[in-house]
Amino acid sequence: MLSCGQFDRTFLKMVAQAAEAEYRYKVITEECHLNLNPFYNPARRQYDGNRLLSQIPLCTISEHTKLIGLFRVDLYIPILTYIFGQAILGKNVAIASVFRLRNELYGLKQDEELLLSRTVKEVIHELGHTFGLIHCHHLKCVMHSSTYAEEIDLKGASLCTECRSMLEEAER
Amino acid sequence: MSDKISILIVDDEDSVRDSLLNWFIEDGYDVEAAENAKNALQLLEVRDFNIILADIKMPGMDGLELHRRIKGLNRESIVIIMTAFASVETAVQALKDGAYDYVTKPFDPDDLSHLIRNAAAQIALRNENEALKKRVTNLEEVDDLIGQSKAIRKVLEQIESVAQSNSSVIITGESGTGKELVARAIHANSSRRYFPLISVHCGALTESLLESELFGHERGAFTGATFNRKGRFEMADGGTIFLDEIATISPKMQIELLRVLETKSFVRVGGNKEITSDFRVICATNRDLGSMVRNGAFREDLYYRLNVVNITIPPLRERVDDIPLLVSHFIRKYCTSMSRDLITVEPAALKQLGRFEFPGNVRELENMIERAIVIGNGREIRLKDLPIGREAADNSVESLDELEKRHIEQILAKYNWNVSRSARALNVDRVTLYNKIRKFDLKQKE
Repeated sequence: MLSCGQFDRTFLKMVAQAAEAEYRYKVITEECHLNLNPFYNPARRQYDGNRLLSQIPLCTISEHTKLIGLFRVDLYIPILTYIFGQAILGKNVAIASVFRLRNELYGLKQDEELLLSRTVKEVIHELGHTFGLIHCHHLKCVMHSSTYAEEIDLKGASLCTECRSMLEEAER
Repeated sequence: MSDKISILIVDDEDSVRDSLLNWFIEDGYDVEAAENAKNALQLLEVRDFNIILADIKMPGMDGLELHRRIKGLNRESIVIIMTAFASVETAVQALKDGAYDYVTKPFDPDDLSHLIRNAAAQIALRNENEALKKRVTNLEEVDDLIGQSKAIRKVLEQIESVAQSNSSVIITGESGTGKELVARAIHANSSRRYFPLISVHCGALTESLLESELFGHERGAFTGATFNRKGRFEMADGGTIFLDEIATISPKMQIELLRVLETKSFVRVGGNKEITSDFRVICATNRDLGSMVRNGAFREDLYYRLNVVNITIPPLRERVDDIPLLVSHFIRKYCTSMSRDLITVEPAALKQLGRFEFPGNVRELENMIERAIVIGNGREIRLKDLPIGREAADNSVESLDELEKRHIEQILAKYNWNVSRSARALNVDRVTLYNKIRKFDLKQKE
C-alpha cells in the first residue's frame, strides 16, 4: 500500500491490518513521494484518477501481488464528478482517497474513527476489484457499490460468502 | 438476450468510453463501447442492447440522429443522451424524440447509478409485462373450439374476421353448442384482450336484479343496497361484455340497453352521476331473434343495433366429422385434470357416438366423456361406459341373470361396496347379497 500524502502511522497500520485480515496477504506500507501537480486539473480543482492509476506502479520497486495507492486529494475521472477510488477489474493496481470520506467535507463534526472505518472499507473494496470481484447486491458486503459517504457506513468491512467463494475461485 | 442488463456506450472520447466501461463492468453489466454512431449501428446489427448511452456531439452522425436510427430499427433499447454542453433545445429535442433521459457530463456517481438502476427497473417491468401478456394470451387461448368440419371452419373464419373490429355480435346456436366459447374467442383475439370479458346470464336474473347487475347501484338505492356497487358495463370498460340469453330480457330492459349501446353512458341505480364506459357487446341466444322481432317480442331497433354480425354455430349432429377430434380433446382435458394416463376409445363406442343425435350438443358429449373416464376401467372408454352404450345395449336381448348382476353391481358401486346399505337398498338381507356377489363373482374395482 503506497501512502501518497501525509497519513498518521497508526491510521495506515490499522488500514493495512484490516486488508491483511480480509485477503490473507501480507500488506506492506510504503511512503510515496509522487509530485501530484501534473495530475491536477485546475478547471475541476481535482486530480485525474485515471492517470494516477497508471502512474503509481512506477512509484515502487517492491515485489507485490496487488498495489493500492492511498491519497488525501480529491480524485475524479472524466465522466464522473468524483470518485472514492478506482481499480481496473482483475488487474493489480488500485487507488483510493480519504478526501470525500471525511465528515468535515459535508459540514459534519470531524470523526476519525468513522474516517478509519470508511477508509478500510474503501481499500478492501478497491482491492476486491483487483481480485476480479464486481459489485455485490448484498447490502452488508464490502463489495456493495457506494456512491456517497453515508452509503459506505451502511455496509460491512468484509466480503460476503458469495464474494469470498468467488475470490477463492479466482485464487485457485 | 441474457438476463444481464447490456449497455452500449457511444462516445468519441477515449477517456469517457474507458471510464464508463470500467464503471459498468465493476457493476456487473454486460457492456460494450463504440467510438462513433456508425460503429454503434454496426454493433446493433449483430446484437441488441438494453441501454444505449450516446454522446450528443460526435463527428459524423450525432447522438440525436443515432437515436432516430435506433428507433427506425425498431429496437426496444433505452437511449440516454449524454452531453458536455447542456442546452434546453437539445434536451427538449432528445426527449421529444423519445430518449429516456438527457444527462450532462460529468455525472454525479450517485445520479449515474440511479439512472441506470431506474432504466434497468423499467426494462425488468417491460419484460415482466411481456411475460404476463404472453401468459394471459395463453390462458385466453380458446382451444376448446375443436373441429375440422366445413361448418366449424366457417365459424372460426368469422371469429377471426370479426375479432379485430368493434362491431356488436350476436351468436346463435342450440344450447350446448359453445356460444360462450365463441364469445371468449372473439374477445381473446381482439385488441381488447388485456381488458376484462364480463359475462352476464340475462336469463338467470329478474328484471330489477339485472338492472342493478348491469348498471350497478348506489348505497341505499333499494333495501339491501348497503354499499356502492359497480355494474357490469362499468367493469367491462376497455373490454367486452357478453350478454347470454339476450332474448329473455324484458321490454323495459331492452329500452335501457338500447340507450346504453347508443350513448355508451348510463347512471347507476339510485345514482345521478352519468358514467361512461368503452365496451364491446357480444350477445348470445338459442332463440330466433328475427321471428321474435316480427312477433313484437323483441325491439327491432335493439335487434339491428346488436345484430351487426351474426355467427351461427351448427349443432353437433350437423358436424359429426368433428366427434372423434372432440372426443380425443375431452379425453386429454379430463385425463390431465384428473392426473391419469391418456386412455383410448373402443371403436364400437366411437361408432355409436357418431350415430347419436346429441340434443345437448358438445356440452352433452363433453359430460359423457368425463363420466366415462370417471366410471371406466382406466384403459379405454367402452360402449358400456357411455349412457348411449346402455341404450344400444338395451336393444339387445339381456338375460334375467345379466340384468340382476348389472343392477347389483350398480347398487354396490353407489354405496361404495357397503354391503349392509346395499342390501337395504335392494330389499334383501346381507346373506342373500353375499350369495349373489359370490354367484356373479363381483369384485370391487380398484
